[in-house]
Amino acid sequence: MGRYLLRRLLQGIPTFFGVTLISFLVMISAPGDPVALITFSPNRDAESSAIMTRQLGLDQPAFTQYIYWLVGNDWRKIDINGDGDTNDEIDHYGERRGLLRGDMGVSLQIRRPVLSLIIERIPATLLLTFSALIVGYGVGILLGVLAATYQGTLIDQFVRIITVIGNAIPAFWLGLVMIIFFSVRADLLPMSGIQDIARRSNTFDPIETLRHMIMPVFVLSLGTIAFVSRFTRTEILEVLAQDYIRTARAKGLAERIVWRRHATRNALLPVATFIGPGLGTLLSGAVIVEQVFTWPGMGRLVVNAVFQRDYPLVMGTVVIAAVMFILGVLLSDILYALLDPRIRLE
Amino acid sequence: MTTLPTPSTITSLAEEQPRQSRALWQDALAHLLRDRLSMAALIVLTVLTVLCVAGPTVVEYVLNVDVNRTNIPDRFLPPGTEGHFLGTDHLGRDQLIRLMYGGRVSLAIAFAASAMIILIGVTLGLLAGFYGGIIDDFITWLVNTLSSIPPLFILLIVAAIWRPNAGVLIIILALTGWVGTSRLVRGEVLSLREREYIVAARALGAPTRRLMFYHIFPNLVSIVIVTGTIIAGNLILVESGLSYLGVGVQPPTPSWGNMLTDARTYFVTGVHLVVWPGLLIMVTVMCFYLVGDGLRDALDPHTSRKGSQQKPAP
Repeated sequence: MGRYLLRRLLQGIPTFFGVTLISFLVMISAPGDPVALITFSPNRDAESSAIMTRQLGLDQPAFTQYIYWLVGNDWRKIDINGDGDTNDEIDHYGERRGLLRGDMGVSLQIRRPVLSLIIERIPATLLLTFSALIVGYGVGILLGVLAATYQGTLIDQFVRIITVIGNAIPAFWLGLVMIIFFSVRADLLPMSGIQDIARRSNTFDPIETLRHMIMPVFVLSLGTIAFVSRFTRTEILEVLAQDYIRTARAKGLAERIVWRRHATRNALLPVATFIGPGLGTLLSGAVIVEQVFTWPGMGRLVVNAVFQRDYPLVMGTVVIAAVMFILGVLLSDILYALLDPRIRLE
Repeated sequence: MTTLPTPSTITSLAEEQPRQSRALWQDALAHLLRDRLSMAALIVLTVLTVLCVAGPTVVEYVLNVDVNRTNIPDRFLPPGTEGHFLGTDHLGRDQLIRLMYGGRVSLAIAFAASAMIILIGVTLGLLAGFYGGIIDDFITWLVNTLSSIPPLFILLIVAAIWRPNAGVLIIILALTGWVGTSRLVRGEVLSLREREYIVAARALGAPTRRLMFYHIFPNLVSIVIVTGTIIAGNLILVESGLSYLGVGVQPPTPSWGNMLTDARTYFVTGVHLVVWPGLLIMVTVMCFYLVGDGLRDALDPHTSRKGSQQKPAP
């Protein structure tokens, strides 16, 4: 198990660097002068712009800039005034400690460290995605088992219709329609946010948050419900055709035990492997769902950053989302290895 | 392994005899024609495409409306109003004509981008699976990297930088969407490469080019068609999502996605503005998926021989 874990962890490293490389390449190729974006002033005089360019390392070749972005530049000596030697007055502007040491730069618009901005938003997004993951898998497996049990009946048809619609319905549209019906017309559920705006105190009210969660979680989990229920149905039907099920029945086991001990356990193993990849879909979906329900998570942060061309913030969010995704896949692989000894003995 | 055919296999072989003369494509077509649900989806899809491609010109002529003409006094007209069958939006633009133009944009993006995705995905998957070694390592690394960024995030950053028109959006969608196809094709090629007939062809001295295009590629065609269809449906969803967020097709060019962005602000006064674009997206995507499913069954020799295999045993 230890060796398997180590191998999987090592495999994540080149992927992580790939993600940082892609993020950086996109940032570098962005149009517009970063200095102008930071200062907001097109009339800034040439000399101070040149100093800033040198301090930010923008005069360096792309590869050097990538290294600075990754491991920081606080260890280098900068020729700030451009006279050829590096014995200048020390000015800490433009100094960064690099991505690997937890410094993702400063947001151009909000003027605060990117990492702390993201960390503020992560809990809301995790609450949303994990609830959707649990609901999606719970309901999906239930529907899949039902469809397989009552194969060919009306129940099966019903599940199939849910699957097709769940895959095809645009999440943001479903969100809008639900807001119209449940918030505007019926006034049953709150239409946006994570807490009531009217309430001033900062205390956390779980019931209130739950009420706010109902619609976003449902909308976000629908795709997962569709995928999981269909997948579960196929797997169960496949397992039921196996010889060991026939053996189990032949030796007189109760149908209930055949299902519980032989069929579902084996059928759900492959379904479990998709928890990790499914997390990526949910993180993507969360961006849109957060926008529809004004949910204060990472998704809204990144969409706003995109509109304000706040590149450090956009890049930071992408790297963090990718790290969360990679960890999610890793965790689900570990879970799979725990559930299925064949994997770790390979 | 030598097993004697059981009587039942002999009978089933005998039953299948007249069908054996049909080629895969004829067989698939026959299967598809019998599959009512998929045929219905295909018909709906064709009608929608024709309406969106040819419709606008006709409607503009008959109803005397223009896609970009705004008319503030006539805003939020309900559906059924004289001259505006589906009502008007917050700027008094005709909803029907905008839906048609929007569909044209959405469908064009879906078709073009999925064609490009197939092209890139198949090429890279074929190269990676066939040559292995360093080429495979590089392509696999690229695939792993791209697929470990949640898809919408990568689209967002790219769209943030090049505010796209429809053409650029197609390229962006293609450059970020080929990963799954290439992984699928690579896996398929890896297994095909080891088959006896490939080894035989190689032993006979067939050049690489011939192996790739004559022996391996034809075996990929069916999965490529199926994936292409499902990807097209997916792309409609992705495009509408991006446009809804405001980073996809830019107004005033209508697309089903960005029509909903506007509708979001006015859904209390104009519910009809919310209903139609969303419904069209859903129906179109559903049709693509159903056609894809139907094609999968039709092109798979195992299901098409057995006929209606999905029906439960009595």
